Amino acid sequence: MLLVDGTESSLRAMLQALPPVDEVGAHARAAMLGTRSIKTTSKSWAIDTAISMIDLTTLEGSDTPGKVRALCNKAVRPDSTDATVPHVGAICVYNDMVAVARKHLDAIGGADIPVAAVSTAFPSGRASREVKIRDTQDALDAGATEIDMVIDRGAFLAGDIMKVFTEIVYIKELCGDRAHLKVIFETGELVTLDNVRKASFLAMAAGADFIKTSTGKISPAATPPVVLVMLEAVRDFYAQTGVKIGVKPAGGIRNTKDAIKQLVLVNETAGAQWLNPQLFRIGASALLNDLLMQRMKLRDGHYAGPNYVTLD
Amino acid sequence: MRIDVKKTYKLYIGGAFPRSESGRSYEINDAKGKFLANPALASRKDLRDAVVAARSALTGWTSATAFNRGQILYRVAEVLEGRKAQFIDEIVALEGSTRSAATKQVDEAIDRWVWYSGWCDKIASIYGSTNPVSGPYYNFTTPEPLGVVGVFAPQKQSLLGLVDALGAVLAGGNTAVVVASEKFPLPAISLSEVLATSDLPGGVVNILTGKTVELLPWMASHMDIDGMDISGVSANLEKEVRVAGVENLKRIHAFKDATPQRILSFTENKTVWHPIGI
Repeated sequence: MLLVDGTESSLRAMLQALPPVDEVGAHARAAMLGTRSIKTTSKSWAIDTAISMIDLTTLEGSDTPGKVRALCNKAVRPDSTDATVPHVGAICVYNDMVAVARKHLDAIGGADIPVAAVSTAFPSGRASREVKIRDTQDALDAGATEIDMVIDRGAFLAGDIMKVFTEIVYIKELCGDRAHLKVIFETGELVTLDNVRKASFLAMAAGADFIKTSTGKISPAATPPVVLVMLEAVRDFYAQTGVKIGVKPAGGIRNTKDAIKQLVLVNETAGAQWLNPQLFRIGASALLNDLLMQRMKLRDGHYAGPNYVTLD
Repeated sequence: MRIDVKKTYKLYIGGAFPRSESGRSYEINDAKGKFLANPALASRKDLRDAVVAARSALTGWTSATAFNRGQILYRVAEVLEGRKAQFIDEIVALEGSTRSAATKQVDEAIDRWVWYSGWCDKIASIYGSTNPVSGPYYNFTTPEPLGVVGVFAPQKQSLLGLVDALGAVLAGGNTAVVVASEKFPLPAISLSEVLATSDLPGGVVNILTGKTVELLPWMASHMDIDGMDISGVSANLEKEVRVAGVENLKRIHAFKDATPQRILSFTENKTVWHPIGI
């Protein structure tokens, strides 16, 4: 069942029908779920699951082909001393590095690891529609199989939801069967949880395969209450339409504890069926090293240090 | 009548005073066996957090000039001097020593701290060297900081023993994770308050109170601690600590007094070959 028929009135009707978010309740619920104690075998499972969900990301002006190749090596074999560590969910880079990443992954046995490109004038989203389409086309031509597009927050906040909606529709059409579409809200700029819920439904109705919290360039980013609201949105959307949309928190998830809190949120909100890399990803870079150090600690029985994981 | 304002004794990690993440505390008694205080009972996770804090403070502390480090340590001595009475009271209560013995210990600790602060910018010039080599090079060797050092100070003379150990680690340019004396932790806790108010960057010194047997083996096996001063360790725990520290080739030392050698034990020599005339 489709929630909207593409007209502005149907879109507004859908968004107006959404119940408001209980802001205090969302914070309390997220904080409460954060106190769950995950130990021993559960922790070990959670660490490996989290590793397999990471979109290993480098989005710096200083990215070089060498750095991207090093990141690909790490994606395929996160811990060079331990082959039992699963590979990560995807590599996430800027457009011009997609070809480098794809070629290198294929060469080192990482053909099953997708390359995601950030698109549509990432991170601000301030460009004309033609530029955004061309930007996405570039990434697709270079071999990206996941597109992380940003929404136009200015238009969203100004109430021009049709502009946001049609942009997503256009990019989705461009992706077609070739690529998964992740839609980034930059929740730090949307200000309220009500806006997060609205943006979630808007993006899902427009055809997003994943909804993603942030670019990683703005703080606050993937805070637990925001992720909670987005997980509730995909759960409700699934109940209404039978379509499962993925969620990707990104930005600010730096250590194992934060990552495990996210997994608890997923399990308790959307349900265990969301606990796989097809429906939940974590956008991160520094997180992987902390997960590896915690994994070593569980394996060796003593605390590891940053000297025993790669610098990146 | 006024209600007593009782103090909550906490840990000192990364420049802040948190409770133990475990929420635990334990009782300590004074020398006469009467209840004195409830210091925090640190867990191994507090130790892990302290190591992370010490590691992230290392770059700033080692890259500060030796002269600047010396000034900061001298400032610590100044603040210590102003809080002498508190330390004397704590030592009298805990160790059961006479007031004059406690005063002597505190005076000596402050003087020792001043002595260490002076060593900061002299250790390299006195113990570094220029080496004659066969070739067109200036060749010189300087002691450089080792890294993060765990400190378990002698248990007797709770303040002086701690100052002897900690001063050496800091004067060498290292950052420290201290496990305070289990029975006499109050001077260490008060020292953390002195350190927090004397220009020392947060995380350079981290102080944990708790059970020695619970913390020391984890400290010894921690791969991100580069050295340990275990001057206060008992004979039966020493072997376990030394064995656990082998994995990452930890520099583990015990000392009886404060000497320049104690500072040098937590440094690594760096030798530079500088070409001449090219």
